[in-house]
Amino acid sequence: MKKNKSLGSRLFDSINVIFLLFVSIVAVYPLYYMLITSVSHGMAVMQGLVTFFPVNPSLDTFKILLRNNDIFIAFKNSFVYTLLGTFINLLFSCLCAYPLSRRTFSGRGFLTGMIVVTMFFSGGMIPLYLVVQSLGMMDTVWAVVLPVAINTYNMIIIRTSFQAIPESLVESAQIDGANDFVILFRIIIPVSRAVLATMVLFYAVSHWNSYFKEMLYLNTKSKYPLQIILRNMLVSGLFSEEATMAGGASSFSVTDGTLRSAVIVFTTLPIIMVYPFVQKYFVKGVMIGSLKG
Amino acid sequence: MQRSNPSRLAKVLRRDKYLYLMFALPFLFYFIFHYIPIYWLLITFKDFSIRKGVLGSPWVGTKYIEQFLFDPYFWQVFKNTIVINLFNLLWSFPAPVILALLLNELRTGPLKRSIQTISYLPHFLSTVVVVGMLTSFLSSDGIVNQLLQQFGVGPFAFLTEAKYFRTVYIASGVWQAAGWGSIIYLSALSSVDAELYEAARIDGANRWDQMLHITLPGIAPTITILLILETGKIMDVSFQKILLLMNGSNRVVSDVIATYVYRIGITDANFSYATGVGLFQSIIALIFVTACNAISRRVSETSLW
Repeated sequence: MKKNKSLGSRLFDSINVIFLLFVSIVAVYPLYYMLITSVSHGMAVMQGLVTFFPVNPSLDTFKILLRNNDIFIAFKNSFVYTLLGTFINLLFSCLCAYPLSRRTFSGRGFLTGMIVVTMFFSGGMIPLYLVVQSLGMMDTVWAVVLPVAINTYNMIIIRTSFQAIPESLVESAQIDGANDFVILFRIIIPVSRAVLATMVLFYAVSHWNSYFKEMLYLNTKSKYPLQIILRNMLVSGLFSEEATMAGGASSFSVTDGTLRSAVIVFTTLPIIMVYPFVQKYFVKGVMIGSLKG
Repeated sequence: MQRSNPSRLAKVLRRDKYLYLMFALPFLFYFIFHYIPIYWLLITFKDFSIRKGVLGSPWVGTKYIEQFLFDPYFWQVFKNTIVINLFNLLWSFPAPVILALLLNELRTGPLKRSIQTISYLPHFLSTVVVVGMLTSFLSSDGIVNQLLQQFGVGPFAFLTEAKYFRTVYIASGVWQAAGWGSIIYLSALSSVDAELYEAARIDGANRWDQMLHITLPGIAPTITILLILETGKIMDVSFQKILLLMNGSNRVVSDVIATYVYRIGITDANFSYATGVGLFQSIIALIFVTACNAISRRVSETSLW
């Protein structure tokens, strides 16, 4: 009986490991496929010959991308929007979270209520669009970063972590004559580094990956981020005439398909590069979020 | 509260002056980008034109509300929204629970950690990238059709034919979210008392019994809450993904309220009508969230507010 059970148990364990390994492969394979098709011969990809390894590997697609000025500008734009956007997110979120975390703050209950309401009811897409338009923000970086300056959910996570800081730390600073700005920037923020690091990552990824508001608010090509370039490729099916011409000299070595793969790799690369180092913070962020404050 | 005399109020305000000062920027943010748009919902009841502004535009009462309520196409996109969500709930909800249960059966170690880490990865890919990948895999000359043709079937027009739309949308959603969604269940699983398993083993319970009688009851509250909350989001769809996947031939099933609002409002600049449709969606969504929250509070004594 006992032996029997352990056999079944071991069988289950083996099947489970195999199944979960399969799940992991399914999770990464699409990205891996993008990588190998981006460096494979266009014709081979079209014929379905590329499955696990690149065929006739070359860096032609990336050479074309690097020769293309739009991609560089878009990369720079994505970078700037992410950096500026994340900075504004962090500043606004902390300035919002700290007063709401102070138990003695007279406006705490009312203001928290007014903010939480916005999580469940909003004016929606069109009124926000009209507000941004009437503020004269169209086609500026502000339209992309200011309407999302605070993610209320993230802000509440920050507030909760601020609340967990011992009151005595704040009180002793107050006795020393420090005002709330000094307390926030010199004590609270340095103490909350771990949580804020998580928030930086959440915010930064959302800026890097965003395309919809950029599509709504930006209409000058030189202001497009990478996601818009990729989106336009998907919509039109083409990268750009000149680029294809430039690479098209050697018969179908570069196709729209391989170019698309290359742009996907290029767009995702920054996330993949930092991912191994930061993934434990992401997980921590979800944990904090699940403990309601 | 009711008899706060002015001098005491002044004292409190003076004490909290830095906190209020600090709150100024966040206050402006919420005021401008959340409350003004709510105020601008008024344009639903007006013949809005940008030139005249919100106040200057003439009132038209419920003209636009009636217009869309009597428009069969509106009910078509309304139905699409609900149907996509119901099917999505059916697949997307159990996937992370099952994944978490299976991951939980793995011995703690590098293998488990790696599998977990890899399973979260798709969560961080952008919508555009995911749709780009779908295009590479599922287009008529994509790898999936190439493989199917080797077995003598296909090619299938996964991306253009309406009947495949929901499958593509939901499957890619599960692919992207199952790993990330499992985190919350794994954290609930880690708080299940280890002594219970010990006791069960002594009583001769096998793995299946343990899962059924200890693990599942242990995370049942989490499952309940999340299920209720997910149900409350019945009007939410990943419309940004839908917008990228939508085309003329799958529109019958893929057009949802949000994409409809986008097209009518932004593309056609029919602001009042589109705002009305959006408002209708927000109200239904609010009713659902409130109802689900009330149920959650009664069932599990846990709620959002």
